[in-house]
Amino acid sequence: MKYLDEYRDERLAHAVVAEIARQTTRPWVLMEICGGQTHTIMRYGLDELLPRGLELVHGPGCPVCVTPLETIDKAIALALRPDVILVSYGDMLRVPGSRSDLFRAKAQGADVRVAYSPTEAVKIARANPARNVVFLAIGFETTAPANAMAAWQARREGLKNFSMLVSHVLVPPAIRALMVSGANRVQGFIAPGHVCTVMGCSEYDSLVRDFRVPIVVGGFEPLDLLESVLMLVRQLEAGEARLENQYVRSVSYAGNVPAQRIMQEVFEVADQKWRGIGMIPLSGLRLRDEYAAYDANRTFDLEELTVEEPAECISAQVLQGLKKPTDCPVFGMRCTPENPLGAPMVSSEGACAAYYHYRRHAVAS
Amino acid sequence: MPQSKTIVELSCPAPLPAKDTILLGHGSGGTLSAELLRDVFLPALHNPLLDRLDDQAIFEIGGVRLAMTTDSFVVKPLFFPGGDIGSLAVHGTVNDLAMGGAQPLFLSAAFILEEGFSVADLQRIVDSLHRAAEQAGVQVVTGDTKVVEKGKGDGLFINTTGIGVVPDGLQLSADRARPGDKVLLSGSIGEHGIAILAQREGLEFETTIQSDSAALHGLVAEMLQATREIRCMRDPTRGGVSSTLNEIAQQSRVGIELEERAIPVREEVRGACELLGLDPLYVANEGKLIAMVAPEAADALLQAMRRHPLGQGAQLIGTVKAENAGLVIMRTTLGTTRIVDMLAADQLPRIC
Repeated sequence: MKYLDEYRDERLAHAVVAEIARQTTRPWVLMEICGGQTHTIMRYGLDELLPRGLELVHGPGCPVCVTPLETIDKAIALALRPDVILVSYGDMLRVPGSRSDLFRAKAQGADVRVAYSPTEAVKIARANPARNVVFLAIGFETTAPANAMAAWQARREGLKNFSMLVSHVLVPPAIRALMVSGANRVQGFIAPGHVCTVMGCSEYDSLVRDFRVPIVVGGFEPLDLLESVLMLVRQLEAGEARLENQYVRSVSYAGNVPAQRIMQEVFEVADQKWRGIGMIPLSGLRLRDEYAAYDANRTFDLEELTVEEPAECISAQVLQGLKKPTDCPVFGMRCTPENPLGAPMVSSEGACAAYYHYRRHAVAS
Repeated sequence: MPQSKTIVELSCPAPLPAKDTILLGHGSGGTLSAELLRDVFLPALHNPLLDRLDDQAIFEIGGVRLAMTTDSFVVKPLFFPGGDIGSLAVHGTVNDLAMGGAQPLFLSAAFILEEGFSVADLQRIVDSLHRAAEQAGVQVVTGDTKVVEKGKGDGLFINTTGIGVVPDGLQLSADRARPGDKVLLSGSIGEHGIAILAQREGLEFETTIQSDSAALHGLVAEMLQATREIRCMRDPTRGGVSSTLNEIAQQSRVGIELEERAIPVREEVRGACELLGLDPLYVANEGKLIAMVAPEAADALLQAMRRHPLGQGAQLIGTVKAENAGLVIMRTTLGTTRIVDMLAADQLPRIC
């Protein structure tokens, strides 16, 4: 398949791997930010191909994983109201809240529907004027423009029965939080190519400057990731810290300006809690006051709960790259995709689930 | 409490309640389905025939070996590119018989109709069921109709039960795979699942992909002509190739090693899967089979399969190993290895 097979080519991949091995003289710790990148690394076993000492740790970029428990609990509470149709991206349905998940809510009679695009939710609202349609609007900067568009469209049409439960997170503040934390081990970042397709690269420039850390904006196919690793290793070995763009076929420096404009019109930057990590200042998006009528947090009377993660789940350290999923004592034992104790075991992009699905044989042997 | 740090003694409660409710995933053919079998059905109903967990039960009556199977059809939409619930109800049950090496003979057909359902649609479905049965050379010899109140059903459900005869001496079962055996797949995967998905609410997309729904007993008869060294056959329906191979690996207590590049997937299916974030190995098929065969007979069997219209795209996709018993391991296109796991439930579309 064109534009895919080239980036999965065995011969090219092994040539890049050989070059990485030639360039690497010391151990380095690199982090890929995005869960989609983690998924590719595990699915293709890219880390198996890298020289010993070159360690890939997995970042917080799984939107499903970092959505706070409270948001999931609220979504479940909303879904269980008979007047509500809750619309969600598919992989949110199995994520455990503190007591249940959306699949179980559905089994109890909640009207939960899966959509690929938030504009589907607007369509459902149009078709069901007597019901309140709530879209669970989560994700990084990647999904923010489409989610913003849904609110914008609903407002333009004057839809009275559409709202969004928003839990949006932003990548650059999370990288900043990782870098300032005393425990950081990461020496170079593969930035998320799809986020940068929307936002451009300028925010990452300032991270490079402030922390003297190399950042390469990378794609999602095996060769994208291997080339990104090579670019980081070259910089690190040369003592450089620059922003480079590996994913040039998608990312421009300015990004997608109309997409940024609709995000700015609908959302404003706010403090945000990340599941497994905690509150990060100015790391999320919320609906602006002009869109208050479309903010499920404001239009429904929702109890503000604070809930704690199960004590034995180490997702906080996993999401910050401090520990590997396999360092967890309950990994694959009492925490499995069927019975997840923490969110990284749920989504296919979660680091724990990726290890579980693709690597159990290596762990066991 | 002893101050032990061993894993088995950790005793924090899981955050979710016990599994006291049926979820959609219990019908997916994944690990949730397997749990239901293990915890509810087998303890109550177990007997030597059921305990084999094959697609059909095979027993002898009056010196004749018979195969019997049953299947319920709840597909939505009822009509889809390449078939409908009527033809599927024939193909599904015929194939479950064929996977035991049986010549299918008779079917029952039971209809559960929802009040308000269109008689014209029912007629179309029954006609299609009839045509499929005729083409497969089976007769529908008994049936039943029930109607439930509006809102208590989803239009129409069908159950079919099938009976067939099994040649003497033929033993096909999912616990018979042995290290060294070869894994053959009769053609490209994922077409039924993607054809259905393309029609679902909220996911509609345009595609030319048709369901592969077909009766496989003709192909099976050719295969059995070519060799008697087939250990087992399965049709990878819900849960796809991965679930089927995981079941065989577990029941035979062997490892299965797949070659990623040998697994045939049509470009349209690959494209749809890339777009939707799905893995074709988990997508349903209704006209494909997997055969485990002794290595010395693999070549002859592959040639025989390719001579049949439903096996033209047959490929050798892997080998049975003694290592990694119970697991399916894939050698990726990059030469690395990874597990091909059984999913808990249906694949979920990814967010981005």
